[in-house]
Amino acid sequence: MNQPFQLSDAALALALGLILLSPFAIAGMALQNSGLARSRSAAHSLLGVMSLLAAAAIFFLLLGSTWMGAAGQPAHIATVAGYAWDWCGKGAWLGGSLAGASATSVLTLLLDLVLVGLAAIIPWGSGAERWRLGTAIASTFLVAGVLFPLLAHWVWAGGWLSTLGTTFGLGVGLLETSGALPVHLLGGVTALAIVWILGARNGKFPKPQVATAIPGHNVVYVLLSCPLTLVGWFGLNGASALLFLHLPQSQIPLVEINTLLCAGSALLGTLAITRFRFGKPDASLCANGWLGGLVASSAVAAHVSAGTAIVTGVLAGLLTPLLVELLELAFSIDDPSGGVSVHAGNAILGLLIVGVAAGKQGQLLAQIVGIATVIGFALPVSYLLNALVNRYLPYRVDPDGERVGLDVHELGAGSYPEFIIHRDEFHSS
Amino acid sequence: MKYAAMLLMLAGFFLVLTALVLFDALALRTVFVLSGCAVEALGMVLSIRTHMMSRKRGVSL
Repeated sequence: MNQPFQLSDAALALALGLILLSPFAIAGMALQNSGLARSRSAAHSLLGVMSLLAAAAIFFLLLGSTWMGAAGQPAHIATVAGYAWDWCGKGAWLGGSLAGASATSVLTLLLDLVLVGLAAIIPWGSGAERWRLGTAIASTFLVAGVLFPLLAHWVWAGGWLSTLGTTFGLGVGLLETSGALPVHLLGGVTALAIVWILGARNGKFPKPQVATAIPGHNVVYVLLSCPLTLVGWFGLNGASALLFLHLPQSQIPLVEINTLLCAGSALLGTLAITRFRFGKPDASLCANGWLGGLVASSAVAAHVSAGTAIVTGVLAGLLTPLLVELLELAFSIDDPSGGVSVHAGNAILGLLIVGVAAGKQGQLLAQIVGIATVIGFALPVSYLLNALVNRYLPYRVDPDGERVGLDVHELGAGSYPEFIIHRDEFHSS
Repeated sequence: MKYAAMLLMLAGFFLVLTALVLFDALALRTVFVLSGCAVEALGMVLSIRTHMMSRKRGVSL
């Protein structure tokens, strides 16, 4: 068995500093979710992010970290047709592995806790304005306690996706930087499952093939989320490069430059395409494009040149608004935060670009196998388990609660009590 | 119908795994992995169609 990886003291300090930046990613996404929802559910949206973050951390520490394990640590290995499949970690239960763990292991766990929180809040934005908070916490258990740990083990902890290269000769195994697959693709497909279960907000699709625009209540929040998420992604990509990819410290600035280039070129891509399609740039879609670029950087930042990072960003910026439009208008998917398009769509884009840019035989196939694993395994499991829970604990708020807004219905008070009046709060829709 | 779509996606995933184990040549593996992906895509299309039809009928889930 391999010896667990250990960072030098200087690298440990750098990794800790970067991890401490990473909650800005969550703050940015929380602001974006809240700004893209209507004012009647603004506080509910922000409180939900905090609650899901807290629940995800606890579920993951108590249960998920057991399945995830760590590279070089014991794991459940099945031998099928002569091939060894490392499919599940064999860590200590209830966070027991923390006792006596090395500083590197503890830092890795801290990064995992932020990443699992990020995966958990992606579906929350997609189910905004109609998802009950208590049931969202129950759903978080499925993400943080079961699906994320399994996928994270497969990608980061010596699992079968990371060893596709040595086992099957597919490049060097699945390549990504900071959770494009176990965080963003998983979060995106879970968001899709949740949206399918919840259905659309009342009034969103009044007739077949007709979608009503329900604008977010604060585009300032939405745009302010962009610099916050950038800082957070600097932390996530840098810390992941050190702790998961074991890159030397000297390469971290290059990872950060690629992160910025992806986000910036994505914003410009979205700005250009919305200017071309609608006559004027769309501010909230530009913010979605920026976040899409950051998501794509979660795959590519540590593996490509600056030029490829710019191309990736531009493609992400073009893809995001098109996917948002396609899902809403063609597929009747009501996703207020654009979580499915931004996270799932751009994670797939980034993973494929890494496969092409790596230039190794079989690398693209390894990336495709990774993507097929999330869509073919995590999406059905997430849908079926969430549908099962929904049968006993209905996810969707009752129509009256949706009409008055979740702030009043679930929290007892509105976010903006002095000046907000909604016509449809006084007339049934 | 949506449950059938989910099972179709799972079937596609197992096809991908099977392709890895059964074939040694990269070209064959690629073809069969892509076949598995096509089955997953079929499941996705079925799921989306079911979602749209249930929405037209005003049914959630």
